Amino acid sequence: MIFREKSTAILSRSNGSFNHSTQNPKKRNFVWEYAKSIEAKDHIHLKPSYDLFIGGKNVKSKKYFETINPATEEKLAEVAVASKSDVHRAVLAAEKAYNRVWSKTSPKERAKYIFRIARIMQEKAREFAVIESMDGGKPIKESKLIDIPLAIAHFFYYAGWADKLNLAFPNVNISPIGVVGQIIPWNFPLLMAAWKIAPALACGNTVVIKSAETTPLTLYKLAEVIKEASLPDGVVNIISGAGDTGEAIVNHPKVKKIAFTGSTEVGKLIMKSTAGTDKKITLELGGKAANIIFEDAPIDQAVEGIINGIYFNQGHVCCAGSRLYVQESIKNEVVKKLKHRLKSLRVGNPLDKNTDVGAINSKMQLKKITELVNSGINEGCTLYQPECSLPDKGYWFKPTFFTNVAQANRIAQEEIFGPVLSVLTFRTPKEAIEKANNTQYGLSAGIWSDKGSKIFKMVSSIKAGVIWSNTFNKFNPASPFGGYKESGFGREGGKQGLKEYLNFN
Amino acid sequence: MNVNSLLTSIDSFHLSVDEIGAKERAASLASRSIKKNSKVQAIKLAASMIDLTTLEGKDTEGKVLAMCHKAVKPIKGNYDFPHVAAVCVYPNLVKVAKKVLDGSGVKVASVATGFPGGQMPLKLKIEEVKLVVKNGADEVDMVISRGEFLDGNYKYVFDEISAVKDACGEAHLKVILETGELETFDNVRKASIIAMLAGADFIKTSTGKVQPAATLPVTLVMLEAIRDFYNETGKIIGMKPAGGIRTTKDAIAYLCLVKETLGDTWLSPNYFRIGASTLLNDLLMQFQKEQTGFYQSADYFSND
Repeated sequence: MIFREKSTAILSRSNGSFNHSTQNPKKRNFVWEYAKSIEAKDHIHLKPSYDLFIGGKNVKSKKYFETINPATEEKLAEVAVASKSDVHRAVLAAEKAYNRVWSKTSPKERAKYIFRIARIMQEKAREFAVIESMDGGKPIKESKLIDIPLAIAHFFYYAGWADKLNLAFPNVNISPIGVVGQIIPWNFPLLMAAWKIAPALACGNTVVIKSAETTPLTLYKLAEVIKEASLPDGVVNIISGAGDTGEAIVNHPKVKKIAFTGSTEVGKLIMKSTAGTDKKITLELGGKAANIIFEDAPIDQAVEGIINGIYFNQGHVCCAGSRLYVQESIKNEVVKKLKHRLKSLRVGNPLDKNTDVGAINSKMQLKKITELVNSGINEGCTLYQPECSLPDKGYWFKPTFFTNVAQANRIAQEEIFGPVLSVLTFRTPKEAIEKANNTQYGLSAGIWSDKGSKIFKMVSSIKAGVIWSNTFNKFNPASPFGGYKESGFGREGGKQGLKEYLNFN
Repeated sequence: MNVNSLLTSIDSFHLSVDEIGAKERAASLASRSIKKNSKVQAIKLAASMIDLTTLEGKDTEGKVLAMCHKAVKPIKGNYDFPHVAAVCVYPNLVKVAKKVLDGSGVKVASVATGFPGGQMPLKLKIEEVKLVVKNGADEVDMVISRGEFLDGNYKYVFDEISAVKDACGEAHLKVILETGELETFDNVRKASIIAMLAGADFIKTSTGKVQPAATLPVTLVMLEAIRDFYNETGKIIGMKPAGGIRTTKDAIAYLCLVKETLGDTWLSPNYFRIGASTLLNDLLMQFQKEQTGFYQSADYFSND
């Protein structure tokens, strides 16, 4: 390369590593660091114990389990486990509410209730955000900026549809399904609840929804909101528990529709146990998204997209961009920039407003991530982790990426659901398409290029439900979300999301 | 240097920037929460990086003298508070500033090369630069020929900066891109790289005479160009956003941008400057508030 002869000597590319200390010509008195900036939690009201929310009432259960803060391992509250008979009770409450009240409530009235829920949630947004971060380990800036506002937006959005269903589906007879059973995961508890409850109510159904084992608290907070909104008793029933509870919902004969978000493994079980029934099903399962960076991409923004794609919510995201495909001509540059960027990621206390990466949601998940990362090391992939200190207590995993990864490696095939990225390469667009589609999943993908025509060509060839171009992990209630292949079927969000909660006669 | 090799050099840096992505990233860095001790440190750091500036047709000796005194001792009382990095004036006032500031640690910067338009023959530009350096300017803030740049005449822009750099001698050269006139981030990145290749010690956003002046996203784009240039060449180039940075909150957002894009090395007046006139008093107000717990009215801070 050429530049002014009078400038200092040119270092070779391989020497151009980003080492500040050796280049620092003057000794510095201090290094400016960000002081702790912890979100206040004195306004949070958590009860020591949460009962099931059935038929508008708090219902005790025989068994309770603890929910803990994964960043500190401290107990936050006890939460009821719904047994098979509790599930039965919840389904009957939902059926009663459907027959006696909700099916007779006019669409306009339904909309009013949903709007009301959204507005009360807005008033309590900060409380929701703090609890979401305490219970799940996610950075407060994410729960404040993404989880909670987006959950509220879903309620607002579907409230608007409630009295316009005939416009969404003209010239066909539509009717609600009845009682719907919903099972949600632990990565975005309140948001997933909103994705499911809001369209179900807008379409005139009643709901039995189960939170995930490790993150039940914001759903019980939502129960308080629902009560405050005077939603008729039994229209939404909120329960908690583990796999058995979910199984009881799925197998209950009066549940006419199952909406499930979670692992592909459980999705398959649901398919098996509902085979031969007339239950409607939507499954939103795992993913192993390809994030494809072409050489003509805006590199710095693409690097941000890679970071956001895989380290957002500690990688506990079904649409996480966990397979990075970089065009070989820019591989070194991208990897170098990625390493540099990883150094500035702030890992730690989820309630610190400056935290970028929080705690791993549970001990079990940490074990799974560790196991898969070890498999990557054992299979000969090259690991990179930045130097950063992790808290002593709680569940933590450093932001990680692997280079020298082959399609055949487990880390390139299995969903890790953690902050672990596999860096792979491609030479031509055709190869990128082949490799991106070479997976059992098909939930999402990302394409980075400055060339519009190339983006359109790629988008039409990649089998994924959601494809982002020159951005990643963008969500909007008006935009449908869902997968191909083992990532499931059915769509949530948008007009398409309504279809899943209606019968067409 | 011939045109082709210059173009090859420019192209070896990836030139496209995604505007939406850059703005998002800048906004996310600007939302860092800086409190307590780190806020006090940031206030002092920002003050030590200020190029205290007056660039008006009505500037007089009196105005510049007053500003120079403020530059050396920004706050009354016995506080551990730094002087600013430099004062920035028009060429005619360099001598005045130098007389007061010599030996104080505060540098004298002069705009030159037909500031702010730059529409002046190169020969005159060079003469102007030589004159301000002779009169005592430690730093020269030049403007690039935006017309030539937008015309695709990158070689002209490169050669001009190169010639000015030669004329500067020992003085540091800051190259003003006038990003408000370049408009796109792709242009900003390209101009940054040309300026650095041509020998700039600093690259600077704006003259302050064109809107928009400095913004966080445009500064981010330039910082990223500086980082890439460093990675290619090992050469540390400084950055100076100028115009429109008025509050402590703004200044701290810029510091976060620098820290997380380039690292701690750049968090020094040697490599980061803020061109501003009213920012200093806001920093002082916030500093006093941190010391005493109370806000004082603007009347307690001198308006120089």
